[in-house]
Amino acid sequence: MNDNNGNTDFAPWEDPAEKPLIEFRNVTKRFGDFTAIDDLSINIYDKEFYALLGPSGCGKTTLMRMLAGFETPTEGQILLDGQDMAAVPPNKRPTNMMFQSYALFPHLSVAENIAFGLKRSDMPKSEIAGRVDEMLRLTRLEQFGKRKPHQISGGQRQRVALARSLAKAPKLLLLDEPLGALDKKLRQDTQFELMDIQEKTGTTFVIVTHDQEEAMTVASRIAVMDAGRIIQVATPDRLYENPNSVYVADFIGEINLIEGKAEPLGDKLTEIHWAEGEAPIIGTAPADLAKGTACHFAIRPEKVAISSERPETHANAVQGQVHDIAYLGNISTYHVKLKNGQIIKAQAANNRRLSRRNFTWEDPVWLSWTDTAGVILTQ
Amino acid sequence: MRRKLLIAIPYFWLLVLFLVPFLIVLKISLSDTAIARPPYTPTLDLSLGWAGVKDFFSQLDMENFTFLTEDALYWKAYLSSLEIALVATLATLIVGFPIAYGMAKAPSEWRPTLMMLIILPFWTSFLIRIYAWIGILSNEGYLNQILLWSGIIDEPLKIINTTMAVYIGIVYTYLPFMILPIYATLEKLDESLLEAAEDLGCSRLSAFWLVTLPLAKPGIIAGCFLVFIPAIGEFVIPSLLGGSQTLMIGKVLWEEFFSNRDWPVASAVAVILLLILVIPIILFQRNEQKNREEG
Ligand SMILES: Nc1ncnc2c1ncn2[C@@H]1O[C@H](COP(=O)(O)OP(=O)(O)O)[C@@H](O)[C@H]1O
Ligand SMILES: [Mg+2]
Repeated sequence: MNDNNGNTDFAPWEDPAEKPLIEFRNVTKRFGDFTAIDDLSINIYDKEFYALLGPSGCGKTTLMRMLAGFETPTEGQILLDGQDMAAVPPNKRPTNMMFQSYALFPHLSVAENIAFGLKRSDMPKSEIAGRVDEMLRLTRLEQFGKRKPHQISGGQRQRVALARSLAKAPKLLLLDEPLGALDKKLRQDTQFELMDIQEKTGTTFVIVTHDQEEAMTVASRIAVMDAGRIIQVATPDRLYENPNSVYVADFIGEINLIEGKAEPLGDKLTEIHWAEGEAPIIGTAPADLAKGTACHFAIRPEKVAISSERPETHANAVQGQVHDIAYLGNISTYHVKLKNGQIIKAQAANNRRLSRRNFTWEDPVWLSWTDTAGVILTQ
Repeated sequence: MRRKLLIAIPYFWLLVLFLVPFLIVLKISLSDTAIARPPYTPTLDLSLGWAGVKDFFSQLDMENFTFLTEDALYWKAYLSSLEIALVATLATLIVGFPIAYGMAKAPSEWRPTLMMLIILPFWTSFLIRIYAWIGILSNEGYLNQILLWSGIIDEPLKIINTTMAVYIGIVYTYLPFMILPIYATLEKLDESLLEAAEDLGCSRLSAFWLVTLPLAKPGIIAGCFLVFIPAIGEFVIPSLLGGSQTLMIGKVLWEEFFSNRDWPVASAVAVILLLILVIPIILFQRNEQKNREEG
């Protein structure tokens, strides 16, 4: 899933000898007395496809604008290739940005928009036309070079914006919610196109999105943000399987959260006491927890099995009643109500026809999972 | 039926307020002067029936238009009006653009107030405001007093009754017509376009030349026409501020009507002026049309 670079062991962030391309060192940005970015430190490596994921207003755009040079940090440093960028104006930075609104020049044709940056560079005039053609081909816009931005569709405009920001072959490409205006199908196609282009050009991409699926699809690493802070930076699979907090677990995909008190059994196995009269849940904690620590047990719906008899093999099993069924075609999500009223979601593949489904509303069922299927979160 | 009626109303309006007066003026321009009331012949006498109409038309001729081409005064006045209007339009643009730009960049809560200040002078009589300029520009006026008092000049500047005073008057009077359309285009200019230009390697200044100015062009063109068109026929400003030195067609027109009481020649002057104005008016309309289509 995180293999966007055709190279399974692309993980420069794990190599201490690797120098990051971009380094945020304790960056804080305030607007008046409002703190938009709060003491943030991250490293982004060459050729990475780095996604900033977070709810609206958490500071993603502000972070990008500091990278592009439109905002200066109130405190802290931003280094690019080891060089402090504070004094470098936007037009002197080796970065290009694809704006959330595309910001295409309405008075220029598609080809002139793409050539705009090249004409400001030291590229010889004779090579500019060739480069523009190359960009038009890359973004499949060959027939639209002469049109004005208002004469093409939204999806095409978005590709022009991408072509324009790629034309100067920047070291770093910043994409601010690049696909926000597209419908779902076009969006998915474009995500793969972006990955393809990133691979072909070898450019480092930083993409902003509030869509977790999009981040999971394209990114080599995802930084989950909340209120101006980074909560977790990890590869998409690690973020999904090992969220470090309830916030991240809840933000990425669907999850069941069960609140309880920890009781370590040794060897990282931990019992979680979560309801009177129910057997404790057995899970694996990332580290040994003190007895009685308040925690959440988090488990993905697809890791919960549903059956009519109590299964023998799984370490954990609870009984409940089918409360609701969400039919999604290939899978169904069963909302099972436990005795204490808590709802647990379990997903099962619909490998039989709907009419021969095993469970229906109000059926008593067993939910079960292994001791390694979920994670124990204390934050 | 209702649709047709709706379309008919503006056409009727145009017919009554533009076409009918124009036809009357055109008719007078084809007549001859007479010491009578009204001071021209022929007049249409319908009591004579068909013969009267025939008689009326047979007496109309192009004599006045030929006269205009023979006397150098007229074409010189037309040319000098065009020149003054052109220079004054450029001057208004040079003064108006920075004001419009400043307004568009001002914090949004100030903008209604600034807009108000631009429109405010319209609330007093135009004539009084031009008279006020006589008080400012005359040899003993406030401007000269201040300059003399501060020691910048030793002799009063002679501004009043020169073309310079006419330029000042036109720039002052028509400034809002320049500012408002330019402001309208600058205000809706998306700030992120300038950031995109900078991002792609432009300095602030070149972003202004390559993005702001081309996008403000429709407003600049509209503003220029809105100043240029009325400035050509301007009469009050050249007669009050320009003195006898300034030759403008509006003044000639006035003199023909009221000093010479030669209505036919005055009407011919007006018809030619209208024909001259039709060209910029059509160009202006096409500019507006294009903006609507692209906007
Ligand atoms: N120029 C600014 N002045 C004041 N507040 C701002 C400015 N830019 C952004 N903010 C505030 O900073 C916060 C983060 O904004 P932004 O980075 O645009 O969020 P996101 O892109 O994650 O939706 C928001 O609450 C926004 O109101
Ligand atoms: Mg944003």
